[in-house]
Amino acid sequence: MPGAQVRTPESVEEVRTALADHDYLADEGLATAVFLALTLQRPLLLEGEAGVGKTEVAKVLARWTGGELLRLQCYEGIDVSQAVYEWDWSRQLLHLRTAEATGAVAAGTDALEDELWSERFLVRRPLLAAIDHREGPPPVLLVDEVDRADDEFEAFLLEILSDYSVTVPELGTFRAAVPPIVVITSNRTRDVHDALKRRCLYHWVEHPDFEREVAVVRLRVPAAGETLARQVAAMVEQVRELGLYKPPGVAESIDWAQALAALGRTELDAAAVQATLGTVLKYREDQERVRGRGVDELVRAAVSRAT
Amino acid sequence: MPPDGAALAVAFAGVLRGTGVDVPVGSVVAFSEALAATGVANRDHVYWAGRATLVHRPEDAPAYDAAFAAFWERRPQTLALGSRPEPVRVTLAIDDALGDDAGSGSEPEPAGPTLTVRYSPAEVLRHKDFAAYSPGELAEARRLMADLRLGGALRRSRRRRPARRGAHGRPDLRRTLRRALRAGGEPVRPSRSAPGERARRVVLLVDISGSMEPYARALLRFAHAAVVGRTRVEVFTLGTRLTRLTRELSSRDPDAALAAAGAAATDWSGGTRLGEALRRFNDEWGVRGMARGAVVVILSDGWDRGEPEHLAEQMRRLARVAHRVVWVNPLKASPGYQPLARGMAAALPYVDDFVEGHSLDSLERLARVIARSRRYPHGA
Repeated sequence: MPGAQVRTPESVEEVRTALADHDYLADEGLATAVFLALTLQRPLLLEGEAGVGKTEVAKVLARWTGGELLRLQCYEGIDVSQAVYEWDWSRQLLHLRTAEATGAVAAGTDALEDELWSERFLVRRPLLAAIDHREGPPPVLLVDEVDRADDEFEAFLLEILSDYSVTVPELGTFRAAVPPIVVITSNRTRDVHDALKRRCLYHWVEHPDFEREVAVVRLRVPAAGETLARQVAAMVEQVRELGLYKPPGVAESIDWAQALAALGRTELDAAAVQATLGTVLKYREDQERVRGRGVDELVRAAVSRAT
Repeated sequence: MPPDGAALAVAFAGVLRGTGVDVPVGSVVAFSEALAATGVANRDHVYWAGRATLVHRPEDAPAYDAAFAAFWERRPQTLALGSRPEPVRVTLAIDDALGDDAGSGSEPEPAGPTLTVRYSPAEVLRHKDFAAYSPGELAEARRLMADLRLGGALRRSRRRRPARRGAHGRPDLRRTLRRALRAGGEPVRPSRSAPGERARRVVLLVDISGSMEPYARALLRFAHAAVVGRTRVEVFTLGTRLTRLTRELSSRDPDAALAAAGAAATDWSGGTRLGEALRRFNDEWGVRGMARGAVVVILSDGWDRGEPEHLAEQMRRLARVAHRVVWVNPLKASPGYQPLARGMAAALPYVDDFVEGHSLDSLERLARVIARSRRYPHGA
């Protein structure tokens, strides 16, 4: 799909349709936020429970616009060499050795230094790759789980996102001709800094309502029939109300429907739930709580909710 | 678009600010741009354009909804508007009401006029029980407390630092190459790097039930000094509910910070449901990442109105993710103290360090315990 007209969608409705065409069912709020992010060329900060499909937004944007997906997974202690760029030291060292062996060193260290600090030996990490992008549709930069990185990294990210440029001391400044589409996600284990939030458009991603969850499961797991999809969505909706440590997200609904479909089930029953509970609940205590509530009863309620 | 989008945006931002939401000018500009992009014809588009640009945390959504209804739909929302409570000034005077259920050995002194000449007040204060402080002494203690420095135990970080010569560590090609260039291309001496160290996050969970109040206020001072001192500290209060105070405590002025904290936690001197408050902490913050690898400090006397099994279960969850769990019990200083409170007994198996915290001196010791890197086996 050509990128040019995708860049500035005409309306929120167009965004919603396009996302749906690429297998992502967005609600009005998310579609508006994405529309604004594309129109105003601002980063989009998505917060919400794990498994509500935050990361998926970046992936679907990449599929839609045809831009390359550049993913930066954040973690504590992440720094410039993993996020922006790094020099390929071992190759530089080898180059130096070769120069030495062929007697090029004698020609002058200045020339040799210029050669060593050239783009040839520069390793582009996601942030630089997103800025220094040359042809085709602009890439989609996914900064995943930014709450895991430290504050210093956030300040650094803010600097890059405010003017879409990166300076490599040895080479000069890279500036984005067309800014990348930026999606930042956070699980909110700590608050993202206000300055970064101000730079971004913000959207809190909720668990989908029942009908949308059914639609998502149908879309992502074609092998599961309508009945199974509805029953799985109804069951997950109930389980979320049980006060679990980790309430299942849409991702778990999809996994569960997949597992049940793989087992050849077309309907939910207590035995199937018992056998596949591990795909939905990843804590022993949570599984115990669900079993304690009575799987039979939950299944009965889900089946009647689904019809 | 007949009405001016920018003027509308500014006017609406004013209403939103009135509900207590912090709306920076940059966000108003973004909102006005967003309105230009979506138009103002469709209610939902205007609503979500505002949500995406003006609201930056889910807690502000109800205030936003109220402001939106009042401004765009002309439905006055008297209830939610101005729902943020007026800042209540927290005075540090002790109101003598050392909880009825305290059953402690710390005797509250009447805070009557005392006109004694004190020699070296600092030394006297250091060992005095917080519950027995007069207001003047608390002011004095506040100054001393500002000197306390809190830093989490060190852990290895991914960021590497140069290692000394001959030390172990991975070869550092970058530095080797830089040196080689200086030596005319000969990598004479290989450089090495080793993992750096950085302080772990410290999470303070402060019980603010009636029996704990004097100590809780003192510890919040302590927490404030740490938050302002740029240490990675998170502060919550445990009472009938869970309140996060990190933001409120980040103001430089200690009185303003404590006033904000006092206003944010509305359940001062209520009962305690420790297990329930801990569960909320685990669910919403702790197990999701905040307590992982952190030093978690719980200040409480362990009097819990809930089921001890519930508390034990939540302590178990916490202990599984935390680097260390420190329990500070001011009553521990009383002679002949036994952890008889049901909650305390239930929690103790999951506590790495059990310390007292009734005086400045003991808070200093607490700061040392927090900074210690060695991990103690459970039940120590």
